[in-house]
Amino acid sequence: MLHHIISMKDFSRDEIGIILNRAKEFEPVARGKRSNLLSGKILATLFYEPSTRTRLSFETAMKRLGGEVIDLGSIESSSIVKGENLADTIRVIGNYADSIVLRHPREGAARMASEFSKVPIINAGDGAGHHPTQTLLDLYTIMRESSLSGLRIALVGDLKYGRTVHSLAYALSLYHADVTLVSPAQLKMPEVIKKDLKKQGAVVRETASIEDVVEDVDVLYVTRIQKERFPDPAEYQKVAGVYRITEELLKKARDNLIIMHPLPRVDEIDPAVDRTKFARYFEQSFYGVPVRMALLAMAMEAV
Amino acid sequence: MIEKEMRVRRIEHGTVIDHITAGQALNVLRILGVSGTTSAVVSVAMNVPSGAIGSKDIVKVENRELEEEEVDRISLIAPNATINIIRDFEVIEKYRVDLPEKLVGVVKCANPNCISNTNEPVISRFIVNKKPVELRCIYCDHVICEGIAEHLI
Repeated sequence: MLHHIISMKDFSRDEIGIILNRAKEFEPVARGKRSNLLSGKILATLFYEPSTRTRLSFETAMKRLGGEVIDLGSIESSSIVKGENLADTIRVIGNYADSIVLRHPREGAARMASEFSKVPIINAGDGAGHHPTQTLLDLYTIMRESSLSGLRIALVGDLKYGRTVHSLAYALSLYHADVTLVSPAQLKMPEVIKKDLKKQGAVVRETASIEDVVEDVDVLYVTRIQKERFPDPAEYQKVAGVYRITEELLKKARDNLIIMHPLPRVDEIDPAVDRTKFARYFEQSFYGVPVRMALLAMAMEAV
Repeated sequence: MIEKEMRVRRIEHGTVIDHITAGQALNVLRILGVSGTTSAVVSVAMNVPSGAIGSKDIVKVENRELEEEEVDRISLIAPNATINIIRDFEVIEKYRVDLPEKLVGVVKCANPNCISNTNEPVISRFIVNKKPVELRCIYCDHVICEGIAEHLI
């Protein structure tokens, strides 16, 4: 049985717990302690869409565990430009590498790749679909910097298109979190996803006002409103900058509030907030390394 | 009963699809591949009063028994339909259509950006929720709950 990592829906709460605990063991390695756990193993990174932090944190995780990384290079110089389909690419790369990290613009690409691959596929984002490694590092950040039990969290920003919040909201439902969705009307979370959450037993509320929630939550999870999602620039202008986290807003915050953001940010979080005790988004990006180490180990170490 | 006999004559061999959701008869014909140019003998009754479901459509196809996949497709647009297999004017088998748990190669995913709608060598696959009828694409998680007939392959 290959350990593909495709969607959060494939994981039970217990399995998530195992991954998060494993990540904790890898934290010293992520900070530079030597490890040869994956020495002799090769990871292939296939990114059909641009990515910096996801790709670099996978490479970092692999190299710090003593493994090697090969990549596709630029799409323009690869066989994809000659019209090779993903299924063939996966079958070929699977002959070279021990595991494949895939980011692809189409929803379902990673699931399909797993059907053709003889090595584990790790989904690093499929279109507007899933991004499970981001979700796992988000959960890990909450576990390390706050608490996953009795959690009250607000998801803020683009809840319609943002793939990270869909996966995260689902995972939070496994922890019976109290979730408040904060978004402008145009960017509300799709009904289908909300229905799934309620089915899992999550408490879900919606509001358009961030002032309503800031004093009640343990975690503010802020996302970027992506300009490229709006066909009409005027529509974007209407919602751009509606939620801006400032020191002023945080005066009402609970003492132990943490602020998270998958990054990159544009202007959703005032840089002055970086210096407050609430900011955790840079720690969050660091936690991507031990979490991805845990996943790589799960995928490739001899069991 | 007599009135119904007058509407649609009994058939000697073939299949009677009864209790079709009113309005879906033409979609059933489409599923069966019956068009103006096919030679099959087909009778269609639409909006026939029916005690159980108000009104219904009926399709009779002579000299043909349905494939399992065709029945699966019919179950999607007419979940209450019954299939009667007729030989020598006798109903030799009668059963109600049943939605399968999985649909393979029957419905096209409604998400244009789904990997199953590309030149990749994959067949569409859906997990079926029966009440209410909802199809969830195993690739992209997109859910089809309305206008299923429009997405039949």
